[in-house]
Amino acid sequence: MIWAWGSLAFWALATALNVWLARAHSRNRAVRLFIPALFGATLLLVWEGLVRSLGVSPVILPPPSMIGVRIAESLPILWADFSQTILKGALSGYLIGCGVAVAVAVLIDRSPFLQRGLLPVGNFVAALPIVGIAPILVMWFGFDWQSKAAVVVVMVFFPVLVNMVAGLKATDALQRDQMATWSASYWQGLFKLRMPAAMPFLFNGLKIATTLALIGAIVAEFFGSPTRGMGFRISTAVGQLDLPLVWAEIAVAAFAGSAFYGLVAVIEKGVTFWHPSQRGRA
Amino acid sequence: MRSVLPILTVVLAIIVLWYGATVALNAQWTRDQAARAGVEVGFSEIVRDTLAQTRPKLPAPHQVAAELYQSTWVEEVFGRRGIVATGTLSNRSLIYHGWVTLSATMLGFAFGTGLGILLAIGIVHSRAMDMSFMPWAIASQTVPILAIAPMVIVVLASIGIKGLIPKAIIAAYLSFFPVLVGMVKGFRAPDAMQLDLLRTYSASRARTFWQLRLPSSVPYLFASLKVGIAAALVGTIVGELPAGASAGLGARLLSGSYYGQTIQIWAALLAAATLAAGLVVIVGAIERVVLGRMGMRS
Repeated sequence: MIWAWGSLAFWALATALNVWLARAHSRNRAVRLFIPALFGATLLLVWEGLVRSLGVSPVILPPPSMIGVRIAESLPILWADFSQTILKGALSGYLIGCGVAVAVAVLIDRSPFLQRGLLPVGNFVAALPIVGIAPILVMWFGFDWQSKAAVVVVMVFFPVLVNMVAGLKATDALQRDQMATWSASYWQGLFKLRMPAAMPFLFNGLKIATTLALIGAIVAEFFGSPTRGMGFRISTAVGQLDLPLVWAEIAVAAFAGSAFYGLVAVIEKGVTFWHPSQRGRA
Repeated sequence: MRSVLPILTVVLAIIVLWYGATVALNAQWTRDQAARAGVEVGFSEIVRDTLAQTRPKLPAPHQVAAELYQSTWVEEVFGRRGIVATGTLSNRSLIYHGWVTLSATMLGFAFGTGLGILLAIGIVHSRAMDMSFMPWAIASQTVPILAIAPMVIVVLASIGIKGLIPKAIIAAYLSFFPVLVGMVKGFRAPDAMQLDLLRTYSASRARTFWQLRLPSSVPYLFASLKVGIAAALVGTIVGELPAGASAGLGARLLSGSYYGQTIQIWAALLAAATLAAGLVVIVGAIERVVLGRMGMRS
């Protein structure tokens, strides 16, 4: 019981500290980072404490320490799965899907007719349960990473397309007139004015697409995969009730997802340094 | 109404492309069959055959439509196990599977929306909660949550919780985030002038909440409900994927993929799409009525 009371006491203390910090020092940058970190650490500790003291079976919920040990033990497996699912499946699909979406957006931007037709359809498709096409694409492209990449392409296409089309319309008439007075050609106008202006919108779509890419790649593996890959490992480890391994995969997925998102966010910061949302956040 | 013609054009183009792809993808099988039988096939025969295979790589749109009709209307009205013959929905009809999925979706959506709104209220009123919880809520969305869906199902099944609840939990997890973010924005939508006015009335925090923050958050609520309900449906369908689920559109997808029944997969997919579109349209209709009543129609 010491674990339970100890962790609950720590929780109470940490919450009190957080409340005090938020009230007194919320301007301080280090404190801004410290508060969520403390909250996360508290969650882990309460999890560990409750699981240990209540004797929860590791089959239902393993404590974080056990998961940590399992991660350290099975690094080779985790790396093989990571490279199969994330590097081969998700990343290649993400690059192809986003590239095609941007190209299509530039194409249909020239035709208001296509825009009026494609955008409602695109918005509609973006709301659909697209993961459902995973079994079909697995059937078409086989079990290896190509089918995962195909699922990812379809999943990221529409959010990026819709955002990019909106972005290409983000310049106002004054700016376009300016380009016209300089007698800029269509391509000059596109690359010097409208593409840069579309970047904040594009990155919005790209950030949404990072999560979708990982989801697509992992879920597609439930429908068939070679004997490695995160989705494959999760579904087989669940079957063997090897829950620590499942949680280890989830931790890797969480880390990869955050890192992927963070990477796109860093690139965004470099590309759209001029945008108001990036300024004044020093 | 100006956009009806372009939309129809695009939809028509998709259908034409679909037919073209059907012929292209299925032709190999037709040629193989013909070669095995030792007969020559001309182009028109290939086209006729590719559009009518029983297990095509890509079924033609009319085959999917026929399967949809077969597994809804025909199965229920004329089928041996249909609602007309037995009084209960047939377990072979998409209406039954759609209903299973829909009920889990609605339950999860209700949970998720409630949780999202409650957390948003907490975040708006407590600075500590805002600073400690919000970064994690955002980080939680960069995690492929759907990936843990099968685990949630199996773990809950091992402690005796089966059926609707596990799927609803996944649906709730997916739908809570859009609602949370939207409502935090919505509760903060009143500007400083309006908040100052209520302060001069010496309104309590509760009064401010009920009479200013809540009404001004309604447009944000509906915008996030539309995203949330679509996310909840996706969550439910993925929750039905792990083996053991016997009912629901996701289970239908999985069994179709096991047995190579492509037409069945496409029919289930189309049913899911219709369901998603219907749910979003319903939320949109409620939004129009409510905003109209509140005098906020744009």
